[in-house]
Amino acid sequence: MAYATALKCRECGREYPTDPLNVCEFCFGPLEVKYDYEAIGRSISRDSIQNGPITMWRYEDLLPVDAANAVDLQTGFTPLIKATNLGRILGLDHLYIKNDAVNPTNSFKDRVVSVAATKAVEYEFKTLACASTGNLAGSVAAHAAKAGMSSYIFIPSDLERGKVVGAAIYGPTVVAIDGSYDDVNRLCSELADTYPWAFVNINMRPYYAEGSKTLGYEVAEQLGWQAPAHCVVPSASGSMFTKIFKGLNEFEDLGLIPKVNTHMHMTQAEGCSPIAAAYEAGTTRVRPVKPNTIAKSLAIGNPADGYYSLKVIEDSHGDATIVPEEEVVEGIQLLAENEGIFTETAGGVVISGLKRLVERGAIKRDEVTVAYITGNGLKTIEAVEELVNPIHISPTMAAFHEQIPNP
Amino acid sequence: MSKLRVTFTFVGVLVQEPVIWRLSQKFAVKTNIRRADVKDGLGWVTLELEGEEIVLQQGIEWVRSTGTEVELVTGDVIE
Repeated sequence: MAYATALKCRECGREYPTDPLNVCEFCFGPLEVKYDYEAIGRSISRDSIQNGPITMWRYEDLLPVDAANAVDLQTGFTPLIKATNLGRILGLDHLYIKNDAVNPTNSFKDRVVSVAATKAVEYEFKTLACASTGNLAGSVAAHAAKAGMSSYIFIPSDLERGKVVGAAIYGPTVVAIDGSYDDVNRLCSELADTYPWAFVNINMRPYYAEGSKTLGYEVAEQLGWQAPAHCVVPSASGSMFTKIFKGLNEFEDLGLIPKVNTHMHMTQAEGCSPIAAAYEAGTTRVRPVKPNTIAKSLAIGNPADGYYSLKVIEDSHGDATIVPEEEVVEGIQLLAENEGIFTETAGGVVISGLKRLVERGAIKRDEVTVAYITGNGLKTIEAVEELVNPIHISPTMAAFHEQIPNP
Repeated sequence: MSKLRVTFTFVGVLVQEPVIWRLSQKFAVKTNIRRADVKDGLGWVTLELEGEEIVLQQGIEWVRSTGTEVELVTGDVIE
């Protein structure tokens, strides 16, 4: 059963019914789901969670939809891996990798889209839609297929074909828009206002965003019902960053874990780091940028949750790190070569950012640290293609010995 | 008629320019201010613009040409 009671404006506090609505009609501030935490507290317990499904839906009481009708591809409860090899190299005794690259469409987006799709079915929408350059498209198209809905995926026309294969296979209508990213953003906002579609990150956004809280819940449960000392998280819009912290704090408020003293560390790539730049400048006003980064899944120049992310940094005594572009691939390699996990470029940003945090003393050796890996490396093969340099030989033992004398 | 909800950001001397008034004079665009914060050297205004789609686009291009930053209130939605 769902315990969501209203949508509440984060700016002026006005409340609205739980309708498909994303901004306050009065001040245009963003809306967030409000819950009846007293009722949740009477229903939820560690036992009730542990007896739930081995997916993100074990936390159904804290999601704004009815889990009985979940559009579920078996998303979530992804591995939390003790990274002993990488920890040894970085100088951390308790480093964990939250490997969210193993979700059904290979990124954390399945968490948010699963909630948005479920809500869309609840509202009896027939069409699921999004604007995407990759990860979100695949997840939306897959969930629409599972729900028996049609789907529309809007992409910039210069996007490489390979980037949309992972979405096109599920049978959506793919629309390539001639124009800048600004044009695509503007058109999609107008389409969302015009057609009776569930645009997952526009009119479904308050519900969609809540799916990321499960990344906080899972880590706390997997650590034996406690919050880590540090979370190192990649950021684009900043939404996931804020929701992980919200998830941990909800668990504390419900008495499921002890007091949360987690420091939230945001990582962004140099070519698109508007939130981290605002943090470094000591301002809460995020100035939009034109993205130019190999970390395509983090390329949001005008982040919707920039201000709220900066508040989370302040409240958690965390920080933000800008990772130079040339260190992104180094981070991917560091994780792959030491832990056997192949991440996309956003994960490279996280690992290189983590390295910088340790080097500057922000994270101590004995502190429990979780690095969030949110997408699979096969999604950004082009970023690491230069690493492929096979040794060519003719099919003889002599040729092998000549090239590799001491195997 | 189309509607767009946007935030204009004015930096430096632009804070003192009547950009919103000029927009409505030059283009058939209805402006409806909802939130604002204007300080010395930096100001922003969140407002709704209403007009024909092509006129709205031309209006926004003109606002940008003044040096004013224009962003959708929803932030970027391409993910």
